[in-house]
Amino acid sequence: MKYKQMFRVALLASALLGASLSAYAEDNKPIKVGFMLPATGTYTALGNAIENGFKLYVSEQGGKLGGRTIEYVKVDDESDPAKATDNINKLIKSDKVDVVVGTVHSGVAAAMAKVAKETKTLLFVPNAGAQAITGPMCAPNIFRSSFSNWQPGYAMGEVMAKKGIKKAVTITWKYAAGDESIKGFKDSFTKNGGEVIKDLNLPFPNVEFQALLTEIAALKPDAVYTFFAGGGAVKFVKDYKAAGLMDKIPLYGAGFLTDGTLEAQGGDAEGLQTALHYADKLDNPKDKAFRSAYETAYKDMVPDVYAVQGYDAAQMLGIGLAATNGDVSKQAELAAAIEKAEIDSPRGKFTISKAHNPVQDIYLREAKGKENVVVEVASKALADPATGCPLK
Amino acid sequence: MDLSTFLIQCLNALQYGLLLYLVAMGLTLIFGIMGVINLAHGSFYMIGAYMAFALAPMVGGNFYLTLILGVVLAVVLGYVLEWAFFSYLYDRDHLQQVLMTYGLILVFEELRSILVGDDVHGIQPPELLAGTLPLGDIMTYPVYRLFVSGMCILLALGMYYVFSRTRLGMMIRAGSVNREMVQSLGIDIQFLYRVVFAAGVAIAVLAGMLAAPISSVYPGMGNQVLIICFVVVVIGGIGSIRGAFFAALLIGFVDTFGKVLVPEASGVLAYVLMALILLWKPNGLFKAG
Amino acid sequence: MHTISQGRLAFLLLFFAGLALYPLIAGEYGVDFVTKIMIYAILALSLELLVGNVGLVCFGQAAFFGIGAYGAVLLSPQDASASWLWLLPACVAAAALYALFVGALSLRTKGVYFIMVTLAFAQMAYYVVHDTPLGGGTDGIYLYFKPGLDSAIDLSKPHTLYYFTLVFLVWTFVFLAILLRSHFGRALAGIKINEQRMLASGFYTYPYKLAAFITSGGIAGLAGFLFAVKDGFVNPEMMSWHLSGALLIMIILGGLGYLEGALIGAFAFIFLQEFFKSDAIFGSFAKHWQLGLGLTIIACVALLPKGLIGLPDWIHKRLYGEKRIITEKMS
Repeated sequence: MKYKQMFRVALLASALLGASLSAYAEDNKPIKVGFMLPATGTYTALGNAIENGFKLYVSEQGGKLGGRTIEYVKVDDESDPAKATDNINKLIKSDKVDVVVGTVHSGVAAAMAKVAKETKTLLFVPNAGAQAITGPMCAPNIFRSSFSNWQPGYAMGEVMAKKGIKKAVTITWKYAAGDESIKGFKDSFTKNGGEVIKDLNLPFPNVEFQALLTEIAALKPDAVYTFFAGGGAVKFVKDYKAAGLMDKIPLYGAGFLTDGTLEAQGGDAEGLQTALHYADKLDNPKDKAFRSAYETAYKDMVPDVYAVQGYDAAQMLGIGLAATNGDVSKQAELAAAIEKAEIDSPRGKFTISKAHNPVQDIYLREAKGKENVVVEVASKALADPATGCPLK
Repeated sequence: MDLSTFLIQCLNALQYGLLLYLVAMGLTLIFGIMGVINLAHGSFYMIGAYMAFALAPMVGGNFYLTLILGVVLAVVLGYVLEWAFFSYLYDRDHLQQVLMTYGLILVFEELRSILVGDDVHGIQPPELLAGTLPLGDIMTYPVYRLFVSGMCILLALGMYYVFSRTRLGMMIRAGSVNREMVQSLGIDIQFLYRVVFAAGVAIAVLAGMLAAPISSVYPGMGNQVLIICFVVVVIGGIGSIRGAFFAALLIGFVDTFGKVLVPEASGVLAYVLMALILLWKPNGLFKAG
Repeated sequence: MHTISQGRLAFLLLFFAGLALYPLIAGEYGVDFVTKIMIYAILALSLELLVGNVGLVCFGQAAFFGIGAYGAVLLSPQDASASWLWLLPACVAAAALYALFVGALSLRTKGVYFIMVTLAFAQMAYYVVHDTPLGGGTDGIYLYFKPGLDSAIDLSKPHTLYYFTLVFLVWTFVFLAILLRSHFGRALAGIKINEQRMLASGFYTYPYKLAAFITSGGIAGLAGFLFAVKDGFVNPEMMSWHLSGALLIMIILGGLGYLEGALIGAFAFIFLQEFFKSDAIFGSFAKHWQLGLGLTIIACVALLPKGLIGLPDWIHKRLYGEKRIITEKMS
């Protein structure tokens, strides 16, 4: 009896194995795009927006890029770097995708970049701002359609110095994205005569800010620069306002402080100035068209910076594929076309550096109601230094 | 740090500690009395916060009605959960319960995603409590935070009273020491456990609802409080309501002053503290009781 | 526990033979995928030694795993490939050393307090790599040159790594099986059943528990080494309590008290995840994969008190009634 059961168990196991691993041998007519984005956890909404943006552009082109139909495969990256290598390997080796698009979390993207580099798979990073991806890890087949953490920080440093702010305090979570943003801020702020009197930070993703707000009140700087995102950004702004600091010590930040969070911040963010590569009321035709198309395609969803990044990742892929007539294997030609192109993005036109990070205008925006309305261009055609990238 | 800053930091620490206690209180009950290692505790907290967001429109945005409705729903939820998922697990290895609660976390998290979505939401405190009080030369302190602290203290006193002064509390304490004995005395232990579980869930949900205007509401928020709650309960001594209270305050102070004085190590301080305390007193600060 | 029944032996032989033959039919990803599960299985075995056989519920196993993994990266030279002949033992030793430190202190506590102290020490290790530049910070750190031994055993080749991992999986299993049947193992079993009685009869249990803890930590370090070599990338999240928790779930799901339980649990847990995540089966609902996984776990707890290892018994009971259980006991 026992052996029979063993046999049954073994059958069941192999059926499961087969179901999950079956590698389809296809003639590869359509191009397979693998989304590796968060579908669970804190970043879920961002992942959805990126996917929507990407698909919007592709469907605007009739479902084809470079003359070939686009087909999608998905894997939930769970924002867990420990699973990242396996997840991207699944896309590349099992689903046999031609292009990988992902992701939000920097640590996950770092692992993805390594696999993409080794397997020479085309990778488009639609959010994660880790400088390493277009720095030491840069490669001819890796592109970013978003930003580097350094860029908004650098732009904001210039703006604040110009406003005559002399003494600033920075506050962020103790993790790579925060550190890089603060580094960008300091680079330009100190170059223009400002002084950072203290760097405050707290462990990620701790959101108990009260102790540090008291510290800020005691230090009495001219202004505060901050990098927070998502739920932490909502709480930080509300706490900052409730502590009565908003009117006395102006708060500035990287744009994620008020992006996708204004509704939740419920008016407490009113008037906050932040820097980012996208804003509301940009008033260019491309942005208007994008927004109305997005709102038609995805009911109840507001187009945001993440959707733009997904949209532009698709645009960049489209430009590359157009140049190679849909041949993904001609990576050198594909990269050359993208590097040469001027991408007509809803955020305004931008180009791609040799290290494959956007060279783009960073806007100064001001929160008004539920929008981050553009004030001015804070930094024109700003490029990431791409330290450590041999391609530049 | 001058004196006034120091005093404000003490207030911060106290307030954070009380908030921690509020969140951990339900865990002490379920964990200490029923011996269930309830990993889903964070989920109940999350459910509470989302209730504050989702139920408010149903009762015309009245904050207090939302609280009451939420607590009632939570009691029902807790009662049903105990009946459906836990009642037959007490005779088994405790680790089976851990597995069960882990399954519940996953289910609750996905139901949340399906029913309410994945966006971040803010909750406004009720108008009456929305103001601020001046503090120091430029800071202000939100009235709502003081209200939450007050609620914590009230709940703590209430719990203390129920446990040490009422017949129900006596039965519960007895049941936690010896299940069979209490049963043989003719007390319906099944029912008693169900009540305790429902109370634990209700308190966690209430904590989530009260904390929502302070913390905002976002996916994954339950997992963030889970571990720190266990730290509080264990430092205090499992099952000790008084212990959890002091442990929560201790963590509040260590966290607040850690961030200011030794920012490099602030993440690890609570764990260092727990390790030191347990090596010094292997059963936590206060023995259960 | 001490006599291996024919059924179990047959299962194990089939299981390992299946693993040995698998690469002949599997694609490139399949090999990677099963390598990953085997590494988790080694890790689960290390925890099974403590939880299932000594009754020590360790909630910090991820730390030893992470130390093994970070060891592999940090001890490797920057610009060349290291020989695994010294690198692997070094990683195991590093993890075992931390286990000695953690175990020596935390074994003073019992029950739930032990669970939490092991968690505390794991969190300390986590914050050291997370908040200091030592290990590359939050974004993790790369292993550029995978270790090899001349060119004979080059671990950068997936098939080589697969069999290398399989050998260590079998080795770990056999090692633990022998260990548990030795005098030492019987002492551990005694501690699990009634430590008070052991102490009362003059048996000093502490060194035995500590030895088991160090062994477990060392094996977890071995798994960490293999993981770092497989991915070529390590990240602080490898040390997070989520992994420690998932490991506990694996061994409880598989069935506590049996080494096979750890194997079954690791394979089942990861297969279930992949199954519910599959677009092909669940379509757009696959993004809610945690729901299916959660419900399955709940069903397992409700129906299978012994874990998945009790599944054959359960099926039998449904098909043929209670009789078999009795005959089993008699035989």
